[in-house]
Amino acid sequence: MADITITAPSEAPTAGREAPPRASFEIVPLKGLPVVGIVLVGLVVTIATNAYWALDFFHVVFGGIWTALDLFLGFVLGPILGRLSIPARVEFTTRFMPKMLLIMPTLVVSTLAAGWQLARHEGYLLSSYPEHGWIVASFIVVAVMAVVALGVLEPANVAVLFELRKAQPNGEVIGRLMRRFLMTAGVTGAMQVATLVIMTRLATS
Amino acid sequence: MSSARRLPPVAELAVVSVALMLSGGIYLAAHLPKPPPLAPAAALLACGGALTVVAMVLLARIRQFAWRTFFLVAKWALLAYAVFAGLLGFVFVYDHTRGGTLAVLLLSLAVFAVDVPTIIGFTVARFAEADPPT
Repeated sequence: MADITITAPSEAPTAGREAPPRASFEIVPLKGLPVVGIVLVGLVVTIATNAYWALDFFHVVFGGIWTALDLFLGFVLGPILGRLSIPARVEFTTRFMPKMLLIMPTLVVSTLAAGWQLARHEGYLLSSYPEHGWIVASFIVVAVMAVVALGVLEPANVAVLFELRKAQPNGEVIGRLMRRFLMTAGVTGAMQVATLVIMTRLATS
Repeated sequence: MSSARRLPPVAELAVVSVALMLSGGIYLAAHLPKPPPLAPAAALLACGGALTVVAMVLLARIRQFAWRTFFLVAKWALLAYAVFAGLLGFVFVYDHTRGGTLAVLLLSLAVFAVDVPTIIGFTVARFAEADPPT
């Protein structure tokens, strides 16, 4: 459940005290909040009405986007970002990270809530289900991703954005926080691959 | 420099608490549809809740801290995670989860909804300039 898996910059601004240029931006893009609200209301209505197709849609589509985003950001975009100039990284970060603060939690909660209901309808949650071990494995995978995302990545995201809004951002602080993304990219990637294995296994069982 | 200040392990304690809440949830979910023995889940909840309380006490004892920044971030994060926890709680209630199992799940969600804003607020505030003494 990596919020954003931008790889930490390998050099400056970690090294030295060079301050990245100050940027003006919204930490939480307010224009996106109505969209999040609409999605969450749609999710509640879907669960309350037991609309099977909509549950499947929420789980498969949102889960697919979540997994693809995590893997793409961690292993494709992250390394590219690490090689960009500091101003380019700052500009990308200040435009990209605020959007991810809305996108990732929405994707995650929609995927999990719809997936839970779907599993309940299909009887996957019952301990008598023959593949129950895979279901429990999926719980554990999600829990590991939740701890990494909520305990490590999301706080770093927000802290980086606050630092970049200061009159003189501290490059050392930003570098320290961004290293968290590098350290956890492997864990997140492994968990997302495990998710793909478990979900395809369950879908074909 | 604010980044060099040594602060108590508030975020670390809250992260462990989140992990314990999730472990309790997995334990309960893995036993469906039978109501499992609640003692392990209740113990995980109690340990996680205790860690959260310790984190709060340690946080409250910090003298020079960016409290304005902390509360600015934590209050909005609390709102967001209360919505998410409420949504998950709705799912459990809607699925006819009842009794002790529901109580443990809802309390775990409540602790979770306090832990995450604490972690985010603390992480942001520790790198911010401390409020001037009043």
